[in-house]
Amino acid sequence: MTITLAHYVVLSALLFAIGIIGILTRRNAIGILMSLELLFNAAAINMVAFSKYLTPSEIYGDIFTIFIIAIAAAESVLGLAIILAMFRKRETVNADEMNIMKY
Amino acid sequence: MAEFLGNIPFLTIIYLMPLCAVIALFFIPGTNHKAVKVVSLVFSVLSFIMSLLLFISYDYKKGGLQFVEHFDWIPAIGVNYFMGVNGINVALVLLTGIIITAGILASWDLNYRPKEFFILLLMLTTGVYGVFMTYNLFLFFLFYEIAVLPMYLLIGIWGTGDKEYAAMKLTLYLLVGSALILAGLLGIYFATGLHTFDFDKIEQFAFDPTFQKIFFPILFVGFGILAALWPFHTWSPDGHASAPTAVSMLHAGVLMKLGAYGCLIIPVWLFPIGAKFWLPVVAVMTLVNIVYGSIGAVKQTDLKYIVAYSSVSHMGVVLLGIAGMNDVAFSGAVFQMVSHGIMTGLFFGLIGMTYGRTHTRDIHKMHGLAKVMPVLAVFFAMTGLCSLGLPGLSGFVAELTTFVGVYKTFPVWTIIAVISIVVTAFYVLRVVQIVFLGPLDAEYKDLKDAKFTEIASLSILMFFIVLFGVYPFYIMELIHGSVLPIAAKIGGM
Amino acid sequence: MEQLNVLGLAIPALPLLAFLLITAITAKKKMLSAVLSISCIFASFLISVYLLILQLKAGHGASYEFSFPWLFLGDVKMSLGILINPLTTVMLIVVTTVSMLVQIYSIGYMKGDYAFSRFFSYISLFSFSMLGIVVANNLIQMYIFWELVGLCSYLLIGFWWFKPEAAEASKKAFIVTRFGDFGFLVGILILSYITGTFNFAEIQAQINAGLISPGLLTVIALLLFSGAVGKSAQFPLHVWLPDAMEGPTPVSALIHAATMVAAGVFMVARLFGIFSASPHAMLVIAYLGGFTAIFAATIALTQNDIKRVLAFSTLSQLGYMMLAMGIGGYTSGMFHLTTHAFFKALLFLGAGSVIHAVHTNDIQLMGGLHKKMPITSITFLIASLSIAGIFPLSGFWSKDEILVNIMESGHMGLYYVAAATAFLTAFYMFRLYLMTFTGKPRDAHAYEHAHESPLTMTVPLMILAVLSIVTGFAGIPGKEQSFYNFLFFGAHPHETHFNMGVALSSSAIAVSGIALALLMYAFGLIKPEAVKNASGPLYKLSYNKYYIDEIYMFFIKNGFFVIASAVKWFDRHVVDGAVNLVAFLCRWAGSKLRLTVNGGVQSYALIIFGGLVFIAAVFAVWNPDALKLLGGR
Repeated sequence: MTITLAHYVVLSALLFAIGIIGILTRRNAIGILMSLELLFNAAAINMVAFSKYLTPSEIYGDIFTIFIIAIAAAESVLGLAIILAMFRKRETVNADEMNIMKY
Repeated sequence: MAEFLGNIPFLTIIYLMPLCAVIALFFIPGTNHKAVKVVSLVFSVLSFIMSLLLFISYDYKKGGLQFVEHFDWIPAIGVNYFMGVNGINVALVLLTGIIITAGILASWDLNYRPKEFFILLLMLTTGVYGVFMTYNLFLFFLFYEIAVLPMYLLIGIWGTGDKEYAAMKLTLYLLVGSALILAGLLGIYFATGLHTFDFDKIEQFAFDPTFQKIFFPILFVGFGILAALWPFHTWSPDGHASAPTAVSMLHAGVLMKLGAYGCLIIPVWLFPIGAKFWLPVVAVMTLVNIVYGSIGAVKQTDLKYIVAYSSVSHMGVVLLGIAGMNDVAFSGAVFQMVSHGIMTGLFFGLIGMTYGRTHTRDIHKMHGLAKVMPVLAVFFAMTGLCSLGLPGLSGFVAELTTFVGVYKTFPVWTIIAVISIVVTAFYVLRVVQIVFLGPLDAEYKDLKDAKFTEIASLSILMFFIVLFGVYPFYIMELIHGSVLPIAAKIGGM
Repeated sequence: MEQLNVLGLAIPALPLLAFLLITAITAKKKMLSAVLSISCIFASFLISVYLLILQLKAGHGASYEFSFPWLFLGDVKMSLGILINPLTTVMLIVVTTVSMLVQIYSIGYMKGDYAFSRFFSYISLFSFSMLGIVVANNLIQMYIFWELVGLCSYLLIGFWWFKPEAAEASKKAFIVTRFGDFGFLVGILILSYITGTFNFAEIQAQINAGLISPGLLTVIALLLFSGAVGKSAQFPLHVWLPDAMEGPTPVSALIHAATMVAAGVFMVARLFGIFSASPHAMLVIAYLGGFTAIFAATIALTQNDIKRVLAFSTLSQLGYMMLAMGIGGYTSGMFHLTTHAFFKALLFLGAGSVIHAVHTNDIQLMGGLHKKMPITSITFLIASLSIAGIFPLSGFWSKDEILVNIMESGHMGLYYVAAATAFLTAFYMFRLYLMTFTGKPRDAHAYEHAHESPLTMTVPLMILAVLSIVTGFAGIPGKEQSFYNFLFFGAHPHETHFNMGVALSSSAIAVSGIALALLMYAFGLIKPEAVKNASGPLYKLSYNKYYIDEIYMFFIKNGFFVIASAVKWFDRHVVDGAVNLVAFLCRWAGSKLRLTVNGGVQSYALIIFGGLVFIAAVFAVWNPDALKLLGGR
């Protein structure tokens, strides 16, 4: 069985779905952050796969992926820092209790 | 003279004058009130003198756009620096010069943050000058917004009474108008497919009749809001009542004319078929403006409300003239813009001066003021007479021409509109009688009459009212020559 | 002809010059202002006389006209100009003479008034405006000056503006005449639209050519006439004139008796071509004039204010003139205007002289003043006799001619009305004269202080008295060189002949009116009180001027003001209410929508993601080709 673009897309879609479900349902802020990483990875897989299958001679997709990884790292740092700050202030990492961003 | 002036960017200089004053004001400490006022006055007088020069040196026999300045600015989307004036513009530029000079003189006693006040006032004036001079629709809109927006701060900060409400209401109203205008202008831009905002090229384009019928009301209402078209007029009484004197003068004197000018230049000129289709409806609305505005003024007790409703009525005459669809009616409308601009400037100036003395605008709290302030009383009475259309003052010429012109198109409605001369006489003379005639209230017996700056301000305005009333020939030739193409275009449809 | 241009323009221009000079320069120097004003009007008077002589030489047909542009808009051409023809010259003489005499009189009457100069500047402005109407050769100019005389009337009625009554009266005068002017302006609009011109001669030519349909012509004529109704204070717009008596008495004499109120009659005469082409309009004019004549006369019977009696008398006489115009008596109407101008000015100035002496307007407080002020009394008597129509004073000739004209026209009803009016006129004038100048003083204090007026006041009285006597001789019927052969409409003068029957009967009527007045007020054979009680409600009706003012006030209060209040309410609550409703709805929607912003990051994310899926789904359904992007299929 040859592995086609569709396989990669399906994989990426699955990852993305898991990530979304994680983001929407996890109570723990750390968990949400981790789910977010899954989204990045889903996107990254898409990038590489499309790059590989549609424009094999170019490496735009790969470069994008590297960017994504870098940004994901930076984002995790920021996210963790915020969560840490929240934890210090509120003594919780439960997302339901973090509702100060409202009207 | 015209050749000589043709070589220098005359128009740019005129509208940059107030802007120069703004820049100069930035370098003057706000505590030095005197310097702030003098600088503002000097630059506005300069612009006034130059607008007078423009008025004199415009060659009305030749007609058309003159003093043209045309440079590419953003060629990719057809935004060009395109300034030029025809007779209508010349008259309105002169009006602006008159009003701003008088307005600054009338606010000579303003002592609360004058620097910021004058900066905003002069910014606004720049915008107004710009609108009256540019023939690129993009620039037109840009200047239009510059003219409209400072009003919010001017009323919100320096106003009286329920000023936040009034400022907000006015601004929101005008922004709704702006949104409609922007939509309309973009529609025009894309409909022509010429990739230009230059008015002269767009004017040559024959718009699709359906397009005209859809976009005419959008643009007309958009501009009409600023011209107090019924039923979009209610910002005007509240806004005027709360605005400080000079702002009322500028607003009623010039800004409302921007709306009427826009109505004439853009929807009517560009969309003759749409105009033919919609103007009967517009005529009825303006008729309501005229009659309803004047009757609405009868029972008001606040001086500013009375004049604001009177403005609604008089702007109705302007809009009715525009709906008249022939050269005479258009001339009358434009002349009424000038005449009403000066007249209402006088009215608001006088009310401001009276209010500054009596600290009330309720007519039932002031009686017999002619005894202590005869000069103001005479000016007020003359302004009132102008407003009720007394021959010898400009209001008569404007109304007469408009009625003569509109009668050709809508005879019955014209007759109904003429009723307003009786109603106007009624409320104007009632105010004069209550406030100025009869025995004086004891509490006002120590009030002082007008000061030099006030008299100067009022005299400038009154001079032009009388001049245009007695000798309308020149200015009317100027205006008439420039409305002919518009009338010809509509007449040809 | 160049000379005529200059002279014609100079007539109105001179008083304007006086007005400007007084306002600008001599306001502080009282006597100089008066002299300036009077010398300017005197110069105008001399020019008018010169023009009259020229015109008399040239004869009826001669008319001279020139215009210069005022406002040209394509095919709408508005000009100012002058038209000199017999009608113009007659009116010029009347206006300048009365104006000049009144101004001389005012030097004495207004002496010591704080606004002496202002008075003369206003009077000059008025003379300018009035002369502007007279020389006008087109409708626009006529309307312009028509409004300007209205302004002067407003200014002069309200001359003592600190008196609330004066302020009220001036406003009333302006607004009521505005009603008429509304019709006038509409008439001008229609007429100019149809004919394409404002010029009298050109309009006349089109009417003669039959270019205007008769129905429309009637409408136009009636609209134009409504201007005359306002200005000449005909019923139902007469209410302003009695109140206008709040102004200084010389003003009443000049504006509200001799000249401005006659402008309506003059206008009908000037536009006689239009009116005479419409029999229906003429009929309306005749009946309205006749009605006003008798209506005002009945009110004048019971008034006690000396100036108001004269005001109602003016109304009545103006009605007479209108009546004459309406039955086609162009010349007799104008002749009556001329004679009336002189004797009514004299009456008012005489009344002013009395008021000046006794400081009251109420004739019940006067009496026996003949001894104290003989000149005033005698001149007043002459004027009274003249207005009553006693041979051979001027009123006799002019009134008789009107009566003859009415009789010839065959409207016998109107004839009886006119005759009855003549009777009432004689009666109330002598009631006034007798109560004022004869009998015992009813107010000792006023009588004590009474004195004859100074020469500046009595000389104009005497001149006017002479004029009241002699003017009539210009119009003796049947004479070769008469008014009738000079001023007429159409190609041939109206055939005038002395109708002995009419003359005798009208004299008899006048004499009986005077006799009745004598019986009641001089000999006391009939007690006025008894008559008053006997007539009961009729007396009250007349005394209260038929409650017309009250009826108008009722309609203004309960009609106009209610509408105005309704509009005010509607604007605040419905139109503005709608605006505020929009604002409220925005605010309300915002307050509800913000509840969705609950602070839960995950719910935000859910909304974002759900929205994305929704958009993608819509996109996919709307454009299925988009799905191909996925697999390249």
